[in-house]
Amino acid sequence: MTRAAATASDVLLVGQPNVGKSVLFSRMTGVRTMASNYPGTTVSYAVGKMRAADHNFVVVDAPGTYSLEPLDEAARVTTELIGNADRIINVVDSTRLERHLPLTLELIAAGKPIVVALNMSDEAKHQGITIDAGQLSQDLGVPVLPITARSGEGVRALTAAICAVERPPECPPPAELNAEGRAHDGSLNHSEIWRRVGKLVERAQTIVHHHHSLGERLEELSIHPVWGSAIAVLVVAASFSLVRMLGEFLIGGTVGIVGTPWAEIPFGTEHAFNGLVAPLLLRLSGALGPETFLHRLLIGSLVDGGIDFEQSFGILTSGLYIPIGVVFPYLISFYLVLSLLEDTGYLPRLAVFLDSVMHRLGLHGYAIIPTLLGLGCNVPGIMATRVLETPRQRFITATLISIAVPCAALQAMIVGIVGSRSVGALAVVYGTLAVVWVLISLILRFVSHDFRPELLVEIPPYRLPTLRGITSKLWMRVSGFFREALPIVIGAVVVVNLLYQADVFERLAALTEPVLSRLWGMPKEAILPLLVGIVRKDIAMGLFAPLQLTTKQLITGAVLLSMFFPCMAGLVVLFRELRLRNGLASLGIMLAAVFVVGIALNVVL
Amino acid sequence: MQKPLIDLAQGEDGVIAAISGGRGMQHRLRRLGLAEGQTVRKLSALAMGGPIVVRVNRTQVAIGRGMARRVLVEPVAG
Repeated sequence: MTRAAATASDVLLVGQPNVGKSVLFSRMTGVRTMASNYPGTTVSYAVGKMRAADHNFVVVDAPGTYSLEPLDEAARVTTELIGNADRIINVVDSTRLERHLPLTLELIAAGKPIVVALNMSDEAKHQGITIDAGQLSQDLGVPVLPITARSGEGVRALTAAICAVERPPECPPPAELNAEGRAHDGSLNHSEIWRRVGKLVERAQTIVHHHHSLGERLEELSIHPVWGSAIAVLVVAASFSLVRMLGEFLIGGTVGIVGTPWAEIPFGTEHAFNGLVAPLLLRLSGALGPETFLHRLLIGSLVDGGIDFEQSFGILTSGLYIPIGVVFPYLISFYLVLSLLEDTGYLPRLAVFLDSVMHRLGLHGYAIIPTLLGLGCNVPGIMATRVLETPRQRFITATLISIAVPCAALQAMIVGIVGSRSVGALAVVYGTLAVVWVLISLILRFVSHDFRPELLVEIPPYRLPTLRGITSKLWMRVSGFFREALPIVIGAVVVVNLLYQADVFERLAALTEPVLSRLWGMPKEAILPLLVGIVRKDIAMGLFAPLQLTTKQLITGAVLLSMFFPCMAGLVVLFRELRLRNGLASLGIMLAAVFVVGIALNVVL
Repeated sequence: MQKPLIDLAQGEDGVIAAISGGRGMQHRLRRLGLAEGQTVRKLSALAMGGPIVVRVNRTQVAIGRGMARRVLVEPVAG
């Protein structure tokens, strides 16, 4: 990753992974952030502004780090951010004080004005944990305040404290730490830190024994070798069917009133487009006149004298219908289900269960999290590979996402177009992509002799998702789609229509015909969707609709489109994360895979 | 009698006595609270050579088996 120098901040939020820094950041600045219940959600840092005590403060949310020892990217970034920070809020998990105080000691030693925020104080209370903030503050020599970032409790007092805080006077604990805690070479003496932390906790914390809560019982059940596997299968199956059901309902569902069959009210985008938009467009079509340039651009071609939203391919027909009518409902349903999985804390458990299988494929279990994010959109999926330890792991996971993981927008179109032929055809598409995913990872595993680190990961407690958290993430992801994708979708429709008129495709199709027709068994016109796929995948899939393909060709087309280059945004991120050399290597693997899979499907099907 | 963390029975407690292995691995274990003197409980060992799950400081941590072999614990009676 290339990155500019770390941003200067008035207030820097630092803490270990999954302590709720991003939730606190959103509370303080009003800036929406991606917050989830697993370590490593924030792979970079976020910048926002806060108004307090008649001043504007620049607030920065650092990526979660366990320590300032520069052994990983997050620690290096955080150390740089601390250098440019005016004051620091150290966010600490109240329920795991002894785990978090070592970082606190390191931060105090950095010598900047600092306030310690004991987050999740509500959870601590439920678990029978009481922390004497006054005692801890006295022992550490810095202000310590209990907060609950999820509800906002204590956040106001925290902002007041951070505005008022001064440099820790004479830095008593760090001075002591420097004397005792560091060896002569300056490296931290771990057993000394743990001894000090043990003392601090002993003085400040009291725990009343409490009975197992339902959540804890579920936590133990879901890592049980037998019950946990059953739960994993159930959760994955339920998630996929929920996405499918909700998506289909939003597109073509009807709301019936019980007992009155005649009162079924059509609901969903399909009804809205066919019932409300189509008549208007037909009138526009009549006004424009059939063979005019504007008609071609806005409406496209009429099918049997009417508008076919999948095939007409004008800006106002397919250009609006594909993103709003088909993709949008699936985005809502996919991200709703994903947010639930993220916020409850189930994802790391799934990673633990898949670890042994993933190891046989040369990856480790945590790679499943970027991969699942990639099923929504490849861009955040590829970015999330930063949570993986080695460059090799990141390369393999990102490459697999860009080749064999279709994004939700493309999937919505595949489900709509291929699924309307038969469910079996749809299964062949997904099955082929899964086989490709497995084969490429196996090949990469045997080609590279890289050391594969074992899984070592904290499993967060189960938490009830909050409505605020879920809706905020849904809004960010869906509005992001409209902001970034809608202009590209409409632009692509325009360009496709212009190129059609200029006969460019005729010549291009003649050029690529040998591979497309002879090797892959596709009509030569299929080059158009494949090329448009480099820009946007959903609109490209829509271009298969008017080609009158056989089911076999449609399956091949959907698979090749998924694999053939990531979309433009995906390509940019792939190169940014992997850098030029590995990005090119990734594309090389992609091209080889596309070539082989196209032939294989032509022979087998 | 000290034994590797992986050999604890399900539900058995142990106090970490020593961690062998490289500096990087030691660091990664310590930052999750797996340090000398800490008490761990083995909760689960997943099938097919999967990781084991332990509880340390009220936190669940999943550890690959190779690593769990390098953590020596003194079992706690009872």
